[in-house]
Amino acid sequence: MAKQPEKKKDDVETTGHSWDGIEEYNNPLPKWWVWVFYATIIWGIGYTIAYPAWPGINQATSGLLNWSTRANVAEEIETFAERNAPKNTALEEVELASFVEETDTELYAYARSSGAAVYQTWCAQCHGSGAAGGVGYPNLQDDDWLWGGTIEDIHTTIRVGVRNPDTDEDYLRVSEMPAFGADELLEEEQVEQVVNYVMSMSGEPKDASLVEAGQEVYLDNCAACHGDDGQGDTFQGAPNLADAIWLYGGDYASIRETVWNSRNGVMPQWQDRLTEAQMRAVATYVHQLGGGE
Amino acid sequence: MAILDKHRVLEKNVTLLAIFAFLVVTIGGIVQIAPLFWLENTIEDVDGMRPYTPLELAGRDIYVREGCYVCHSQMIRPMRDEVERYGHYSLAAESKYDHPFQWGSKRTGPDLARVGGRYSDDWHVDHFRNPQSVVPESVMPKYSFLERQVIDGKYVADNLKAHRFVGVPYTDEMIENAQVDFAAQADPDSDFDGLLDRYGDNVNVRNFDGQPGISEMDALISYMQMLGTLVDFSTFEHSGTR
Repeated sequence: MAKQPEKKKDDVETTGHSWDGIEEYNNPLPKWWVWVFYATIIWGIGYTIAYPAWPGINQATSGLLNWSTRANVAEEIETFAERNAPKNTALEEVELASFVEETDTELYAYARSSGAAVYQTWCAQCHGSGAAGGVGYPNLQDDDWLWGGTIEDIHTTIRVGVRNPDTDEDYLRVSEMPAFGADELLEEEQVEQVVNYVMSMSGEPKDASLVEAGQEVYLDNCAACHGDDGQGDTFQGAPNLADAIWLYGGDYASIRETVWNSRNGVMPQWQDRLTEAQMRAVATYVHQLGGGE
Repeated sequence: MAILDKHRVLEKNVTLLAIFAFLVVTIGGIVQIAPLFWLENTIEDVDGMRPYTPLELAGRDIYVREGCYVCHSQMIRPMRDEVERYGHYSLAAESKYDHPFQWGSKRTGPDLARVGGRYSDDWHVDHFRNPQSVVPESVMPKYSFLERQVIDGKYVADNLKAHRFVGVPYTDEMIENAQVDFAAQADPDSDFDGLLDRYGDNVNVRNFDGQPGISEMDALISYMQMLGTLVDFSTFEHSGTR
């Protein structure tokens, strides 16, 4: 058997267990720990009385404080809505066109800065955080507008979207360019000709010999929407073809793809997600980016 | 202490110990499991919820397969900043047909609970092919292979059956027509009236990826485009202890 360990001077009680001569002290827990432990139990009981806690058959107890996450968030949103209400009401009532002239008002500054926040949250994913757009997503910094560049036009575009599949207002911002090649409206040869003509409007065609024939195809098939001299038409979202700004690319292959299959880009509507004040603010923001009319 | 002395009896009799251990575990189990039988009470009664269409369900499976939930949550918490950014906070009712739910627990990317209708189909195609082409600062991987994986919905009826087994109210008619509905939703030129009869008008019928045939891209985008769009919040009022 192993040697019996020396007992401590103050003789702390042992549990009485002994394994191979090893004994276990039965030291009490520190008093402060025990009291904190009891305090947490009492606090826990109080907590379940004050807050929703105990599950019942139909619902949990609601607690004396009637605390509710959903009520809290509604209240918080309401608080901020009230704080901004005077400005938002003014923004809803203002004649948007007046922002073109009067840019030193407080309301304009509010519209522009809150519009910037809305833009970064909801618009930047397509149009880019700097609003320079990308292939298929219009650049908002330039002065080329598919559906019009006044603040009201921009506001309408934001409100109903473009070719938005869920729209109830299909007389607004809806148009469809035919797929001239895929739907066999033009011969392959004619498509080649018209692509070269369109290229010649703003730059160098791929094959200059086809331009003249292309002009004829253009006038017969394209001019109704894009205009005789290719200046486009913002009433039907027909892009200006005479400038060197291209939504889907201005090289031969891209334009041919556009004529052959057409493009018909879609923008979601925002009237369900944004408030009227938010839409007006972001329209103001987009308008002042560079190319507003 | 007397009670501890009695405990000695249990410690020295293994059968008795097993019986009492079982009793204790049973009580713990009942406390945790019993409330689940009244789970209906925790789900709000809201207008508009419907089961996933077969194509959406296939898209949802792709979402699960690719582990989208690892980086994207589907749970807008009731906090002002989240509601401002993503829309109305999520309701329990909105995940009631999810098996398993896709709430997620981490947001490397944004929350997707209300991504439906937020972007165009073309945007989703561009974004799945190459996320950085539309969001340069994104760290999301490319999923361009999805548009090359053609799917025929051969087993989609079984999928509906499995969901019915765990409580999703798919009717016999829905299961019978699962493959037809699957194909109809991705083809706006088809006869999709049956699909709308069965699932309601709030179903997007489009060629989601713009390519002929049904690819995994079609299915996934159809799922994306309906996320969070079903509940009619004009009729919703918060109440109770939540």
